[in-house]
Amino acid sequence: MRSSLALSLCLLLPFLVTAILLAGGLFRRQPNASPGPGFFRRNGPAVSIYLVIAVSAWVFLTIVFPQIAMIDLSFHPNLPPKKIGGPEDVFTLENYRYFVFGPVSSTGSLNTLHLGAYAATITASVAVTALNFILCYPIAFYMAQSALPRALRRLIILLILPYWINEVLRVFAVRLLLSDAGIVNRMLLATGLVGTPVDFIGNNVGLYWGLSYTCILTMVFTLYNALESLDKSQIEAARDLGAPWWHVHMFIVMPYAKPGIASGCALTFMSCVGSIAAPLVLGGPRTLWFTPVIYDRFYQALNWPLGAAYAVILLVSCTVFVLLSLRILGLKLGQIAR
Amino acid sequence: MKPARSHRIVFRIYLGAFLGLLLAPLAVMAVSAVNLPSYPQAWPIEGLTFAWFEKLPYSHDLMDGLRNSLIIAVLVTLLTVPIGTAGAMVMEQLKARFRPIYYVVVISPMLTPGIITGVATVVFWRGVTRQTGLPLLYNGIFLTVAAQITFISTLCMLIVLARLQRFDRSQEEAALDLGANPLQIFLHITLPFLRPALISSAVLSLLSSVEEFNATTFTILADKTLTTVLAGRIRVGLTPEISALAIAIVTLTLLIAIVYEVSRRRAEAKK
Repeated sequence: MRSSLALSLCLLLPFLVTAILLAGGLFRRQPNASPGPGFFRRNGPAVSIYLVIAVSAWVFLTIVFPQIAMIDLSFHPNLPPKKIGGPEDVFTLENYRYFVFGPVSSTGSLNTLHLGAYAATITASVAVTALNFILCYPIAFYMAQSALPRALRRLIILLILPYWINEVLRVFAVRLLLSDAGIVNRMLLATGLVGTPVDFIGNNVGLYWGLSYTCILTMVFTLYNALESLDKSQIEAARDLGAPWWHVHMFIVMPYAKPGIASGCALTFMSCVGSIAAPLVLGGPRTLWFTPVIYDRFYQALNWPLGAAYAVILLVSCTVFVLLSLRILGLKLGQIAR
Repeated sequence: MKPARSHRIVFRIYLGAFLGLLLAPLAVMAVSAVNLPSYPQAWPIEGLTFAWFEKLPYSHDLMDGLRNSLIIAVLVTLLTVPIGTAGAMVMEQLKARFRPIYYVVVISPMLTPGIITGVATVVFWRGVTRQTGLPLLYNGIFLTVAAQITFISTLCMLIVLARLQRFDRSQEEAALDLGANPLQIFLHITLPFLRPALISSAVLSLLSSVEEFNATTFTILADKTLTTVLAGRIRVGLTPEISALAIAIVTLTLLIAIVYEVSRRRAEAKK
């Protein structure tokens, strides 16, 4: 994205693709070339142009090029606008080195602040994902298999209610509940369990609660969707043959729900790792979370290449987690998110 | 299937606790919005007041944020519904060989954290602005729209695709035999068939756009939206006004959701 030639190519690409495809459509007139009518024959010129422009603008201008630009920037030094494209604008791994070792002035020691934030974010997210799975599995199983239609409808309404409320507000509600003068502390003080208010925000309990709370419904509904189609007679057959309840779950229900479990965990992990509302609102003064670190690289330290590098690290971590959980469960990418 | 009685009782207690924890924060928020003390508290109730609601319209940054949020939501919806529809139609028509890679590319925004999309969008458009010298594109509203359509289009595509897969191609062939051209087929057969899915995706686009925070916080720059104003205020301190605003937003969202749900049910009942 450095030279203006590359850039104009980027912006013109959707139109270029349209033109090439149109030309291809016009010149390939043999009706027997492919089974069924071709793309342009089938859709006609107007619809074809709409489809190609809309899809290629979406794919290139909002998905592919921005990601490439971010990755590209992460391999460049932080320079003032005038020097960009100049002799100092070289390919460098400095930003990634900085993530591990910190500023050059302190060679030898590790960049404990950022590495610590990263490690804390990943471990906490894995823990929250596991916890949410354990909490949601019984609920989802009940909804899918045992609940009567009326009870199910009422339960779904109760679950959807908080689902419609946006993340910032959900986090705010948790903060109200857990603040020093919040209702939980009042109750604890009244019962005499504690002498002074418990600092839920300072010791990060609030943050973990908030994270678990904001993504718990994704997990419930993904698992429910996966379990809904499981044939009840399979479970009954297992019971009749004398299987204990945990056998039923381990060897029948869970293997069947694998794609749902994988996508539920992937979505939960991703929204945890990428959450910025919860750490901003529920983070204590000493809380370290990776997303605010990225935000500060951009808008406090004004070091965009470093911020981009950190974003790439986060993206790679997410991808690795998703692929790893798929590998563990023996699934393909196409099987989740469906 | 009748599980043992003791199991059922244990599960009932668990379900109750789960729902309690899920709904308690919202109940606390709702009560604190109408409670008298100037620190948002749910208990003890010291008196009923609507003062916190009355203050809302006089807050400039809130109203600015609300206006921007609505502008962004409308622009996003106008773009994501056509893009999602095109995305779904292309998915249907694509040759089996290319379908997996296309699927991965267009589904990836949903599996990417919002902040990554936000970062990538600002970085890309800052580069574009520097190259072209068009400062027009580098403003909070444009960037936020650009970032939000990335993943909201995927949502729309999935909704439209689900309906498109039930489309009976023979209708199209019949129209062709009767002399319709592809454009007429698209306008008079495909689009009417997709109508329920288009309405669903428009409603969901509007709501997800207004509620989006993770990407918006990176792309909004010096401007503000409802969610960024809200987050900023919460960081400064907790006030009952925020609770009041929360209740206002929740009520509005639920109203839209209920109207949408009811009209969808009614449309389904007609068939």
